[in-house]
Amino acid sequence: MRLESLYQEVILDHYRHPQHKGLREPYDAEVHHVNPLCGDEVTLRVTLKGAAGEPVVADVSYDALGCSISQASASVMSELIIGKTVPEAMSLAEEFLRLMQSKGQLEPDEEVLGDGVAFAGVAKYPARIKCALLGWMAWKDATAQALEEQK
Amino acid sequence: MTLDVARIRKDFPILDRQVRDGQPLVYLDSANTSQKPRQVIERMDDFYERHNANIHRASHQLGEEATAAYEGARIKAAGFIGARDETEVVFTKNISEGINLVAYAMGNATAGQSGGSGSGRFRLGPGDEIVITEMEHHSNIVPWQLLCERTGATLRWFGVTDGGELNLSQAGDLISERTKLVALAHQSNVLGTINPVREIADRAHAAGALVLVDAAQSVPHMPVDVQELGADFLGFTSHKMCGPTGIGVLWGRRELLEEMPPFLGGGEMIESVWMDHSTFAPPPHKFEAGTMPIAEAAGLDAAIDYLTDIGLDAVRAHERELIAYALDALGTVPGLRIMGPTDPAARGAAISFTLGDVHPHDVSQVLDEHGVAVRAGHHCAWPLHRRYGIQASTRASFYLYNTTSEVDALVDGIGQAQRFFGGA
Repeated sequence: MRLESLYQEVILDHYRHPQHKGLREPYDAEVHHVNPLCGDEVTLRVTLKGAAGEPVVADVSYDALGCSISQASASVMSELIIGKTVPEAMSLAEEFLRLMQSKGQLEPDEEVLGDGVAFAGVAKYPARIKCALLGWMAWKDATAQALEEQK
Repeated sequence: MTLDVARIRKDFPILDRQVRDGQPLVYLDSANTSQKPRQVIERMDDFYERHNANIHRASHQLGEEATAAYEGARIKAAGFIGARDETEVVFTKNISEGINLVAYAMGNATAGQSGGSGSGRFRLGPGDEIVITEMEHHSNIVPWQLLCERTGATLRWFGVTDGGELNLSQAGDLISERTKLVALAHQSNVLGTINPVREIADRAHAAGALVLVDAAQSVPHMPVDVQELGADFLGFTSHKMCGPTGIGVLWGRRELLEEMPPFLGGGEMIESVWMDHSTFAPPPHKFEAGTMPIAEAAGLDAAIDYLTDIGLDAVRAHERELIAYALDALGTVPGLRIMGPTDPAARGAAISFTLGDVHPHDVSQVLDEHGVAVRAGHHCAWPLHRRYGIQASTRASFYLYNTTSEVDALVDGIGQAQRFFGGA
């Protein structure tokens, strides 16, 4: 059934048990993003650690209100990118965006996207793509602000 | 006055469609946009196949026919809502444009433009107030916010009660000699509440204010008479009443339309154009710049014919039965909370609800999988959702072609959503 291909068990697990949820101190930048289509919102904080000119995502914390897709996506994203360098995390964000824009035609690489591959089914539902991207867009924005601060 | 729903359904080809791998379509999103009967589709086809030309400026037979179709729709619309005559009916793109037309005319009057003599009552400044309500659609909020920003006037709000009705006890405080305009929905697109427009209009008029009614959700579903409502302006949109998208109506009292400065400038809205100034056509043409949606006007004409033949009283009676049935059926679902009045007499056929922890987007996704089309989100009424401390809701909305078995399909689907997301 199609519903299971959209709401894969991995997504429901993250929805029921979101990882890294809850706003934490200290942080370098905080953003608030909304999805104007449905009113879903996320407040997200980023902490970067500069290691020899190559900043690392030390922490991502967030508070989010929204549907299962947007909640699970923020959870999966946090798991994926915490501990990665900013360029690595940015390239994951690009990969995830490519998957979402693929109209379901892209075979995602689990080696790269981890639990993120579970969102492949979302790409077939245009109305839900923004849900899956909400947390990622917030993270990119917060990270850009944090990097700006460091200059 | 019972509707022959089986016969009505045959008029709507789309209702035979299957969606999502063979599920019959259960269309419960008519407050968003209604489906279109064959009669409307055929009238538009006929226009393009036989009568298409531009209106008013083509000196040939097709031009005459197209003009007759367009102006005939205006006469039809005027009669449909009880206007004094068709010069009070302005065609717009949709109701948002109709409301913006009034807001921009007021802004233009404030900037010193005139539509004729005595546009002073449309001028706004600091100390003046515009009153709206917490249950408005964004289209009846944002134009007034923008107007207040431009003019320094103050925007004030009727609150809503826990039961989903306007808090009329605020009327004495809100409506005063400072009030220039009261703008409110005849029927809420989220709560379904039918507002006591006449009572508020009488108060507004006693204070010297004008009244604009957003009738997008009422005109398609019940008999509406602008004189009985005591409105000064009333807007509605074709696509929610079996007609095509792209055309709406702004009705206004003739003397007001005459005084108002124009909104959009361009062809057809002028009387005479010089290099240093222009003069304008009398209403309604003063407000219709450029080539208008002509085939859409023909479609709207057909939609009004269609609804008039069936009878708006009969439509309302049918929907009241559906609402009563749906309120009962939804009331049996554990954890489901209905927004708005629980008395079918006090509400229209849009029913919004929350379902415990299951997010409306997820509810609508499961419903969609079962062929049931609803809307999820804030329904362009964000302040209203904040008022109730919720982020979003699921809305099922009914029309003349819906049946009680479709309500059953909705309730079944909601049960599936609860099972699917159970324990979340």
